[in-house]
Amino acid sequence: MRPQRAAWWFVTPALIVIGVFFFLPVLAALAMSLTDFDLYALNDFGDLRWIGFENYSRLLREPLFWKALGNTLYFVALGVPLSIGVSLGAALLVNSKVAKLRGLFRTVYFAPVVTTLVAVAVVWRYIFHTRYGFLNYSLASIGLDPVDWMGDPRWAMPAIVVLAVWKNFGYNMIILLAALQNIPEDLYEAARIDGASGWQQFRHVTLPGIGPVLLLVSILTMTGYFQLFAEPYVMTEGGPLQATYSVLYFMFDEGFKWWSLGRASAVAFLLFVLMFLVTLVQLRLGRERSGA
Amino acid sequence: MLALAALAAAPLGCTRRSHAANVVRFWAVGREGEYAVDLLQDFLRERPDIEVEVQKLPWTAAHEKLLTAYAGGTLPDLCSLGNTWIPEFTALNALTPLDQLAGASREIALDDYFAGILDSNRVEGPLFGIPWYIDTNVMYYRRDLLQQAGFSAPPTTWDEWTQILGAIKTLVGADRYSILLPLNEFWPLVTLSLQQPSDLLRDNGRYGDFRNADFRRTLEFYASMFRRDWAPKMTNTQVSNVWDEFGRGMFSFYISGPWNIAEFKKRMPRELQDAWMTAPMPGPHGPGTSSAGGASLVIFSHSQSKPATWAVMEYLSRPAVQERFYQLTGNMPPRRSTWQSSALVESPYAKAFLTQLDRVRSPPKVPEWERIAQEMRLAAERVVQGVSTVDEACVALDRKTDEILEKRRWMMDRDRHT
Repeated sequence: MRPQRAAWWFVTPALIVIGVFFFLPVLAALAMSLTDFDLYALNDFGDLRWIGFENYSRLLREPLFWKALGNTLYFVALGVPLSIGVSLGAALLVNSKVAKLRGLFRTVYFAPVVTTLVAVAVVWRYIFHTRYGFLNYSLASIGLDPVDWMGDPRWAMPAIVVLAVWKNFGYNMIILLAALQNIPEDLYEAARIDGASGWQQFRHVTLPGIGPVLLLVSILTMTGYFQLFAEPYVMTEGGPLQATYSVLYFMFDEGFKWWSLGRASAVAFLLFVLMFLVTLVQLRLGRERSGA
Repeated sequence: MLALAALAAAPLGCTRRSHAANVVRFWAVGREGEYAVDLLQDFLRERPDIEVEVQKLPWTAAHEKLLTAYAGGTLPDLCSLGNTWIPEFTALNALTPLDQLAGASREIALDDYFAGILDSNRVEGPLFGIPWYIDTNVMYYRRDLLQQAGFSAPPTTWDEWTQILGAIKTLVGADRYSILLPLNEFWPLVTLSLQQPSDLLRDNGRYGDFRNADFRRTLEFYASMFRRDWAPKMTNTQVSNVWDEFGRGMFSFYISGPWNIAEFKKRMPRELQDAWMTAPMPGPHGPGTSSAGGASLVIFSHSQSKPATWAVMEYLSRPAVQERFYQLTGNMPPRRSTWQSSALVESPYAKAFLTQLDRVRSPPKVPEWERIAQEMRLAAERVVQGVSTVDEACVALDRKTDEILEKRRWMMDRDRHT
């Protein structure tokens, strides 16, 4: 009994800090999501109404919320595989023995991660510019019509995906690079002796070798991409026609622009439930794969 | 659970710091904050008994910062508030009524102020702010392109405007336009809507009134400029540099406020300096109304140094000080007597604003206004992009507005019963 009690004493400070700064705020937010806390209630608590699940049911009936959710899922579905693919490709390239200046490229590819998004957005706005943009200039040189990247509701989200992937792939590249370097060289040697082609080596040595890390990276990227906010905030303000409006943007507007903190909290919990479910599915898939 | 929510969000009244009655904390929003310290030097010499602490705040963060400060009980004594925010802060009981102070003042003569601008500071009667500078919208236009299209004067009615817009489009061709109405801004549409007699909201701000024929006409006019390809379907961020494009003649009309005069002077190429001018807004049937925008000086209600704060406000409202403020910042004064100063009389660009100031109108004074304006912008964007018709957009806008105003209706009904 005694060592156990001592252990409790040791963890108590940490538990108190977690309780006060994590569990209490989360519970308070949950309570708040069941009220119509807004500007009026900020002034006078008599104006606060206990409305049960009204916020949630109203959100589920709100077309803009579904639009934001659809946009976010589109962004995740397009962005996460692309981002991981690019990261893996870049990691393989800078890990390859035939490549020169590997140190330089490692730094160059990581540079976007540490640059400020707002500054980068200014550059990208010019790259995507309909008239003077580099992207449309390149399209024109291969005979394609210019695309109104930021102004056409169909193209705005792909443009945001390109920006986000470019901004973030370096981070995953570093993690994957570390995993690649952990694969013992003799496995490749053995595969080559058995006559495995480059693709077969990648498929049966590299991929299983980095499998657990790949799962981790995909979960981290997915949770990160679900929280899409800064890119549309600085590039498109959620437009055109709210084609780049995300769930987090919706929450930001509700909470900090219009001060309806009740509804904003409800959005936060819906997003939490959604991300929790998707992560569960991912973990299940990962476990099945490693079990098989 | 409710108590828990209260705990998380309760204004922490007990932490409010007490301040001496001779210290005035002044939050100056925007670029003006940089000049406020300069401006106040003479005042500090005049009144050595008063201390002023100036804090600068950017416009983009001001609203959030002020509300957070309200919740935390750390609002300053004096602030320059955008006048469309006044109804919101009045709903929070955060502002001091100023009628008595102004009535007894020897420095501030309310009848010297432009009526429309002063009125934007009144909420259901009482006065909550003293206008500091005005920010009404007028048209910036390319004189040379209008002349090439065969017009020697800017339009005064929508019909004339329509003719000129059409002629310019014919002149400049397919890849240039007549007017820029950025799709991410609600002010151009709101300004045009205020030119119609309807109030946009009905029953004392309880419901939206966008199905009204007046608003439908405005939206139709607004959308027609895009449909005829006179205005590009673009946001400000897509244009990248509005001043450069105005210089290149990508568009000939632009609706904006006085702060842009200095920008255009600075950024237009030298050979085009005489090619642009400002003009009052054209209206549906004659010279049109514009929005009564601007910033006002307010005293927050928890201030413990109201007499000292009022002294600062009186000083900043003196015509001589306002004239210096104009020379420093280019912000236009809200008092008629200041407009007789040489700097303003001599500026050809200021004339349009002086004319416009006699015809300004406030948008509906409800705390929810900015959100409704945002919905108006979204509705207009849907029409412009061809997703919905004008009628559908107006119906949807009314439904959305009624939803936004639900809490206001509930509170008004409750207050009537008790």
